[in-house]
Amino acid sequence: MNEELFISGRNIHNIDPHLEIWEFPIALYLFLGGLAAGILLFASIAVLLDKEEKLPTTTIWAPIIAPIAIVIGLVALVFDLSHKMFVWQLYLAIRIESPMSWGAWVLLIVTPLSFLWVFSDLRKIFPKLDWKFPVLYKLEAFIREHKKFLAMVLIPLCLILGIYTGILLSAFNARPLWNNAILGPLFLTSGLSTAAAAIILLAKSDYEKHLFSKIDVGLIIIEIGLIIHMVMGYYAGGEAQIDAIQILINGDYSTMFFVFLVGLGLLFPLLLEVLELWGLKLSVIIPAILVLIGGLVFRILMVDAGQLTRILY
Amino acid sequence: MKTTRREFIKVSSLGLGGVALAGGGFSLSKLFGESKHQGLDMSKLKRYPTYCDVCFWKCAAWTYVNDKNEIKKVAGNELDTHCRGRLCPRGTGGLGMYYDDDRLKTPLIRVEKDGKQTFREASWEEALDLISGKMKDIKSKYGAESFALLKHGSPGKHFEHLFKAFGSDTIAEPAFAQCRGPRAVGFKLTFGSAVGSPETTDIRDSKCLVLIGSHIGENMHNSQVQEVSDAIDRGITIITVDPRLSTIANKSKFWLPIRPATDMALLLAWMHVLIYEELYDKKYIDKYSIGFDKLKEHVRKFTPEWAYPITDIKPNQIRETAREMAKASPAVLVHPGRHVTWYGDDAQRSRAIAILNALLGSWGKRGGFYFSEKLKVPKYPHPHYPEPNWDAKDLSKKYPLAKTGITTEVIRASIPDENTEHKVKAWMVAGTNLTQSVPNKKMTLKAIEALEFLVVVDLMPMEITGYADVILPECSYLERYDMIRSSGWRTPSIALRMPAVEPRFNSKPAWWMAKQLGEKLGLGDYFKYNDYKEVIDWQLKQLGTSLEEMKHVGVMNFNRNGRELYLKDGEDYKFKTPSGKIELYSEKLDKMGFDPIPVYKAHEKPPQNYYRLIYGRAPMHTFSKTINNPYLNDLKDTNNLWINPRVADIWGLKYGQEIWIKNQDGKVSDFPVKVRITERIRWDSVYMVHGFGHNNKKLSRAYGKGASDSQMITKVLVDPLMGGTGLRGNFVTILLDNPHKNIES
Amino acid sequence: MRYVMVIDTKKCVGCSDCVVACQVENDVPLGYCRDWVTESVSGKFPKVEMELRSERCNHCENPPCVRTCPTGASHTVDGGIVVVTGNKCIGCGACIESCPYDARYQHPEEGYVDKCTFCFHRVEKGMKPACVSVCPTRCMYFGDLHDPNSDVSRLLAERKYKVLAPEAGTKPQVYYLI
Ligand SMILES: Nc1nc2c(c(=O)[nH]1)N[C@H]1C(S)=C(S)[C@@H](COP(=O)(O)OP(=O)(O)OC[C@H]3O[C@@H](n4cnc5c(=O)[nH]c(N)nc54)[C@H](O)[C@@H]3O)O[C@H]1N2
Ligand SMILES: Nc1nc2c(c(=O)[nH]1)N[C@H]1C(S)=C(S)[C@@H](COP(=O)(O)OP(=O)(O)OC[C@H]3O[C@@H](n4cnc5c(=O)[nH]c(N)nc54)[C@H](O)[C@@H]3O)O[C@H]1N2
Ligand code: SF4
Ligand code: SF4
Ligand code: SF4
Ligand code: SF4
Ligand code: SF4
Ligand SMILES: [Mo]
Repeated sequence: MNEELFISGRNIHNIDPHLEIWEFPIALYLFLGGLAAGILLFASIAVLLDKEEKLPTTTIWAPIIAPIAIVIGLVALVFDLSHKMFVWQLYLAIRIESPMSWGAWVLLIVTPLSFLWVFSDLRKIFPKLDWKFPVLYKLEAFIREHKKFLAMVLIPLCLILGIYTGILLSAFNARPLWNNAILGPLFLTSGLSTAAAAIILLAKSDYEKHLFSKIDVGLIIIEIGLIIHMVMGYYAGGEAQIDAIQILINGDYSTMFFVFLVGLGLLFPLLLEVLELWGLKLSVIIPAILVLIGGLVFRILMVDAGQLTRILY
Repeated sequence: MKTTRREFIKVSSLGLGGVALAGGGFSLSKLFGESKHQGLDMSKLKRYPTYCDVCFWKCAAWTYVNDKNEIKKVAGNELDTHCRGRLCPRGTGGLGMYYDDDRLKTPLIRVEKDGKQTFREASWEEALDLISGKMKDIKSKYGAESFALLKHGSPGKHFEHLFKAFGSDTIAEPAFAQCRGPRAVGFKLTFGSAVGSPETTDIRDSKCLVLIGSHIGENMHNSQVQEVSDAIDRGITIITVDPRLSTIANKSKFWLPIRPATDMALLLAWMHVLIYEELYDKKYIDKYSIGFDKLKEHVRKFTPEWAYPITDIKPNQIRETAREMAKASPAVLVHPGRHVTWYGDDAQRSRAIAILNALLGSWGKRGGFYFSEKLKVPKYPHPHYPEPNWDAKDLSKKYPLAKTGITTEVIRASIPDENTEHKVKAWMVAGTNLTQSVPNKKMTLKAIEALEFLVVVDLMPMEITGYADVILPECSYLERYDMIRSSGWRTPSIALRMPAVEPRFNSKPAWWMAKQLGEKLGLGDYFKYNDYKEVIDWQLKQLGTSLEEMKHVGVMNFNRNGRELYLKDGEDYKFKTPSGKIELYSEKLDKMGFDPIPVYKAHEKPPQNYYRLIYGRAPMHTFSKTINNPYLNDLKDTNNLWINPRVADIWGLKYGQEIWIKNQDGKVSDFPVKVRITERIRWDSVYMVHGFGHNNKKLSRAYGKGASDSQMITKVLVDPLMGGTGLRGNFVTILLDNPHKNIES
Repeated sequence: MRYVMVIDTKKCVGCSDCVVACQVENDVPLGYCRDWVTESVSGKFPKVEMELRSERCNHCENPPCVRTCPTGASHTVDGGIVVVTGNKCIGCGACIESCPYDARYQHPEEGYVDKCTFCFHRVEKGMKPACVSVCPTRCMYFGDLHDPNSDVSRLLAERKYKVLAPEAGTKPQVYYLI
């Protein structure tokens, strides 16, 4: 029998047995970041494809979520900082090797752009809105005129933001469960899927609903593929990797993983959406909500479980 | 439930001290200024000498204090032989004793309020008046002798002076019958002198160190640990006999995982090998010893093959290790251990260890035992002590070799229905947590119940204080003057303890309490000084230095001017035994009706489903007294029960599972203890660190953490020679479910 | 200059003096620590092996904590010592997550991240780190690896040693003699 124990100093709840520096706020931040990135990406693509008329939810309504999500996400992030008053230090340094740093910078750019996007369309939603200052009208007109340019700028930024939500975790060599290259694309896909779900929820036309149901089905299938790929990758890895994936497959988090993420968050909504597309009279509301919840569960799962894994020595 | 007169008081109004935690408020200066945790700037600290009081090794140290009079650090004194500039973890964390907010804060007096007993705060004047009144009262009713002093460590010395002046020499401390008494007796019988404290073991120059149970490294007696470590660098051979892979066993060339309670058989078998393979030091034995032939005859049949089934140690291992010892002779040290009250035949086992050392010729030799030298600190002048009519030794007449008081006998004499010639009616307890350190708590409580008066002097609201009529809060060693430390060592040395800060709360040093009581008792002539530092200064001046000088150095080392450190080749030497020789065979024991040469007697084995309870030290704690120390508690806040995986399998135990233990007499542990399943222990024993399982809620960090070994020690194996209380004859079994579930506490 | 620590596991007794000494020296809040002691036991009774290690920040040559820090609060100074500037740290925890040794913690009162500094404040005055200076077994050594005559260089040349989790690629600079 082998034993490994801390005989002093570390047998204290503040550090051991588990490292829990990042808690729910970080998971929420990652979820909302992915959601916002997805929504803005869909909106930008729709604008570039001149689908503003046919896809009003995608281009006008849903984007309202983006700045709100980003702001809530940022508040959550700041809330999780333990030295909050120093948050401005983030913007005194550009540190390319630190995902936390470039994430902060990307958000610094995306956030105002998302506000501008929403601002430019706000009077379409609330026709009675009066901007009072002529400058604002001028600005609105300017943005509307250059919407395609804005979309072109936003597309790469949103891709970066979506991937960033995964890379923030996968950059950590020290946590085997995070440390894999698939997490970036996986979180991007998951973010897009939640964005599609949000659009489905808000969409009024069947056309838009169906279009995004189809998109979502595709995204869920890709997501499942990526998850399988990730799990297989762990089993092909070293001792630390195998040990790490056990936490999802056969450990403290396996119920959450199989039941809430894979089952209720992916397979079940997939099934419902496919059935609906086949013509069964089903409400798309339920799968969409499940996808959104699934997306959040996924972040919570990865953030929590990942911190419990470590390189063994 | 019947409440006794002196009910243990669990919740009451111990003096409250305002405690402000350092707040973490936000300030602008924090935004731009330097962060405050930058490490200590030693150049800004003042230092005061002390010697550490966290255990009895008494390492000389410096207390560092900042300009706000806050103690920032305690560190070893470079000049000191006890610590060589480095304290052990307990010494380094010693400032936690000062900072512990659970400390006793002001004198407390037991009162009855609404039918319930509680403590109320009192002034020193009132508390001391009450005590001196009781002392007079006891003296007039039963004689001063009936007021006993049970003490340990520094405070004890001051009260010893008071008690002797008062007319009572009914004094005992756990350091004898619960600790090293058997060793003193065994070595004295053999070599005519004991090994003392610090032990005169020459580990520094030893080539082979044999440790029988002695778990140096967990037992953190500082310079011993340091010398062993240096010796490892030099490539010393260590042989460790321990049923458990102790830390030092892991560093040993040989670990002999002996069946507990059978060490005597191993020792005899080693003697057999040394003698019959003619590996012993013939010249040494011829010149210095008597009784060799009898010993030779005695151990003839104690072959390694004989010892094997008893000890579980293979014959070839016994032979091989005996040869290792002989190879290193005389620079070989069969360590006498220190806490040796194990199985009731401990003085004889210590004698066997002494004899083994004699055969190896190590006594008085480099790498074996050296001759220490100590400076005699002159007594501050005072009138002669009155001669008591009887004293503690009279209470232990049953044990002819007991040279000092026996705690358990003083306790026994306090129980009315015990058949003792002299009766004890009141106690002062100073610096010993009797219910944790003396076995058979039931007897202790029975005695306490019958006492007319009990005063406890302590630093902390330890268990024993809960039974007191009056509690006196002593300040910690960092806040007071104490006796000059004079130690026997390779070279003599003295060390000074002085306060670095004023006492916290309303606590006082023991010397002050003793003096106040003395004056109230009309014994002012024995305390002719205003401050104890006058005594120290006077004594230091007699020794050719002064308080002023000692404040600057803390420690002073002197040259030897007695005999050489070691015996020279062929030197004539008269041992302080009756024969003047090393007594391999002891006429004295024979005359007293004891075995003149140690014999092996089988001890009781654990019954089915029971395991022998063995215990020891954790390096970061001292007995029960440091468990609540904030720094040391942070390192280790509980003990666990070590169990071999084979045993764990039988019980279906999981690592870290909470269980309760029950001993052979049905005593159940108050608190659950977590199991540590480990290959480091035999399957017939379980192990835990002594000192945990505190049941006084006022010890906020220690309360309810872990199990108390003392609680499980209800059976005591008494040493017929000297009254030592063997503590390792108890067996425990495992309870998986909470036995206290239905009982509200 | 390259400061390193060399710890002799053959002499360490796991007493944790190094842990209290650090706590006192560096005002580490109770319940937290910059260093700690690990025990690993292997084998089967009675053939049991055990190793005791005093562990802390490894002051990695290739420190992921410095790389992932968004503000530059975590950085490397003279002699390869990795430190955190409290007033630059936002407490995001990225460095904590990136350290394979769990060597860092968020200061409960101050909020910034703290860890072993190799007692830079002592070292720059020519003193040994607090833990090294107190260790009763003298099993810890501190010095300059670039100086071939230092204790640490000599020991690493003479003895077998290991570092923790070398596969993490961090190039740790606390060496364990085995
Ligand atoms: N950290 C720390 N150090 C201390 C103290 C402290 O409280 N804390 N106290 C000091 C004092 S006063 C004393 S007296 C000493 C005591 O220290 P030692 O004299 O070293 O004490 P022992 O009772 O020999 O040590 C207990 C060891 O004996 C083993 N053992 C148990 N049963 C048997 C047996 O039947 N045979 C053999 N061979 N071994 C057995 C246990 O497994 C354990 O390893 O420590 C001193 N040092
Ligand atoms: N079960 C079991 N019993 C044992 C042992 C064991 O290993 N297991 N070991 C035995 C041995 S070897 C020994 S030496 C004895 C030790 O026995 P004790 O010396 O009684 O040890 P502690 O239980 O630590 O009690 C010390 C008491 O002194 C108090 N104290 C501390 N500092 C001061 C101070 O400055 N002033 C005053 N007035 N009080 C102070 C503490 O708060 C505590 O109440 O125990 C023996 N009993
Ligand atoms: S050995 Fe440790 S606890 Fe004992 S006196 Fe020395 S420093 Fe203090
Ligand atoms: S102080 Fe030294 S012996 Fe004690 S645990 Fe630390 S490194 Fe080991
Ligand atoms: S041990 Fe951890 S904190 Fe220290 S330098 Fe390496 S990665 Fe950074
Ligand atoms: S917690 Fe502080 S030191 Fe660590 S990465 Fe964040 S800003 Fe840098
Ligand atoms: S070097 Fe200093 S900061 Fe680092 S563990 Fe040692 S004492 Fe603590
Ligand atoms: Mo003792």
